[in-house]
Amino acid sequence: MMFRIKPAMLKIAAAAWLLGATGAMADTTLEFTQWWEPELPAGSLRAIMDDFEAANPGVKVTLVSGPYATTRDQISVGAATGTLSDVVGLDGAWVNNLNAQNALADMNPMMDASGFDKSQVADIIKVDGKAVMFPVASFVYPVFVNLDLAAQAGVTKLPSTRAEFLEAAKKMTKADKNQYGWVLPLSLQTPSGVQNDMMSWVWASGQSMMANGKPDLEGKPVVDMLTFVKSLNDAGTISPGIATKTEQEKVEEFVNDRVGMMIDSLAHVNLIRKRNPKLNFDLIPVPVVENYTGKRGLPYASWGIGISAASKHQEEAWKLVQYLMSEKVNAKLVSLANAFPGNVNAKPDFVTSDKAFGKAFEIFKTGYLANEFTGLPVAEDLMTQFDVQAQKMLAGEQSPEQAAAAAQKGWMAKF
Amino acid sequence: MTRQKRSHHKLKRAVAPYLYLSPSLLIIGLLMLLPMVTVIAYSFQNSAVLRRDPSFAGLKHYQAIFDDPVFWASLWHTLYFTCMSVIFHMTIGMAFALMLNSDRINPTLRNILRVLYILPWLFTAVIIAVIWRLLLEPNGVVNSILMQIGIIGSKVEWFSSPQTALHAVTFANIWAGYPLFMVSLLAGLQGIPKDFYEAADIDGAKAYQKLIFITIPQLMPIIISISLLDFIWTMQVFPLIWITTGGGPIYSTEVLSTYTYKLAFSSYNLSQASASAVVILLISLGLTLFYIRYQKAR
Repeated sequence: MMFRIKPAMLKIAAAAWLLGATGAMADTTLEFTQWWEPELPAGSLRAIMDDFEAANPGVKVTLVSGPYATTRDQISVGAATGTLSDVVGLDGAWVNNLNAQNALADMNPMMDASGFDKSQVADIIKVDGKAVMFPVASFVYPVFVNLDLAAQAGVTKLPSTRAEFLEAAKKMTKADKNQYGWVLPLSLQTPSGVQNDMMSWVWASGQSMMANGKPDLEGKPVVDMLTFVKSLNDAGTISPGIATKTEQEKVEEFVNDRVGMMIDSLAHVNLIRKRNPKLNFDLIPVPVVENYTGKRGLPYASWGIGISAASKHQEEAWKLVQYLMSEKVNAKLVSLANAFPGNVNAKPDFVTSDKAFGKAFEIFKTGYLANEFTGLPVAEDLMTQFDVQAQKMLAGEQSPEQAAAAAQKGWMAKF
Repeated sequence: MTRQKRSHHKLKRAVAPYLYLSPSLLIIGLLMLLPMVTVIAYSFQNSAVLRRDPSFAGLKHYQAIFDDPVFWASLWHTLYFTCMSVIFHMTIGMAFALMLNSDRINPTLRNILRVLYILPWLFTAVIIAVIWRLLLEPNGVVNSILMQIGIIGSKVEWFSSPQTALHAVTFANIWAGYPLFMVSLLAGLQGIPKDFYEAADIDGAKAYQKLIFITIPQLMPIIISISLLDFIWTMQVFPLIWITTGGGPIYSTEVLSTYTYKLAFSSYNLSQASASAVVILLISLGLTLFYIRYQKAR
């Protein structure tokens, strides 16, 4: 009996081994590179992936996680060598370069084939007509106001226009007490201050730094913004050390009652509360130019997602993208990240439980997401070039018009 | 047969040293030569790393960086930063070494000073950058003290002003680097025979004459060796400048290392970044050859 069973078992084992070796029985394993996992509560992204795997038998997800900068470099090299992970976390600033390398798959055919409802997503980032990225979670940048400093300075109405902002900043500034109205971080180490703290003024008023797909820095919106920033600087309302100040230092100054107002990511609300539980602050939209009544552009940074053009498992990769963009999963993910959803129907739980987030969600719903650096070539380099010209202007070496013209010349060379 | 055996034995003897050396040669080749050759190759390619099929660019990228005024500004800043750092490292290191070697200082105090003076050497570049950013920020301790004693009338933005930023980062680097000189010179001082000084005393030499005619000539080999090494290392300093100023404000603290970094990771122009890296390599190589020749001559 044993003698007869043994060859049968051996045959089954050999067949299983053969199937395994040829891949016929193997699971599809997706590699997902992103910087989100270290920024989320421990194990939470893995738990979402486990749920995805349970809902899609035969598909496994390996998370490749690292800090933002490392991930950026890893993705650049992966795109060049054709070893990009199947699914990649993306920043809007990278997509132009990656698309130029033909590293990202066009998700249009996948959306069409699967009958994906495009109206449910907040945005689809397109380059050369190719849908290359969905923002999964958005971190908006409203203005944070220290209400105690405002009250002490006699600012009863929080500013809604640029002129009101300048007046409020002047009132809140008491240089002898190391207290200033506004803070502007323009460190060249991380030039994102150009996007978040300068261009946000342009977008808030429904304006643009581009015209016909090309830079328009010499146009009225950008020159007006530079003139406005210069007037804040000339009035002495900006906290000193602008040229080397980083975003982190900006938040520290706000936390320590040293600045009255700052434009900052909503993601920092919990950090601010943790650092100074007594700080009494409110959120307002970025003030606009006089008489503007239209919808306000809300600067944002996002966690985007895309699929590698070199992936052999694009069908499964698309399933994962769809899963993360679906209403319930997206709401769960953005609730964990304190971000706003990429799916317009998703409602994160913190907006009902937290007053500040609730207010920001209202600002988010009444405005629109605006970040014109998304999809531009070498976006960080463009910010650096603009940063240098803005520094020269603030140092009194040139006028706003000259700064805009010099930055325009530098930008055009990159287009 | 005998001749064959003999020639076989000769061959074995000739090859044996290379076989013993092969593990080290392999490691040097993989970890040093290969990356160096790769970077040199990138500097002659268009869209290096970013394209799978980069084309040959000739000297285009070298031409581009030599035409860039920011590159020349970076080169000048690098030279200023390096020369000032080496000069002050040497001067401060020598002064502290002489102090710690002096019999006139109480031994307990000398031991305390020895620990205090060596402290900057124990910090990493990141910690040093953070310390000096905090100290020199407009509302920091340094401004506060200088204003109280009346040296400055208003807050100085040490790292944020184009007029002071390069001096400020150089100062931070001087503070961080003098202990290397101090320790090396102290070891050298302790090796100078006492007879020389006794003979000088008999001849009626004064303290400064002993310093000029005995101490410094005796320490000269150490001074030259350490100065050359310090020059090579300081020229490549990156984290201290990156964290304190990021190469700004404007381009006032841009040095070759930050210039190259920005080309690579801000502009994603890895070909030009490689060309810039090759220029740094050539300067370092020149200094290294100088150092090797000096060592051989000794």
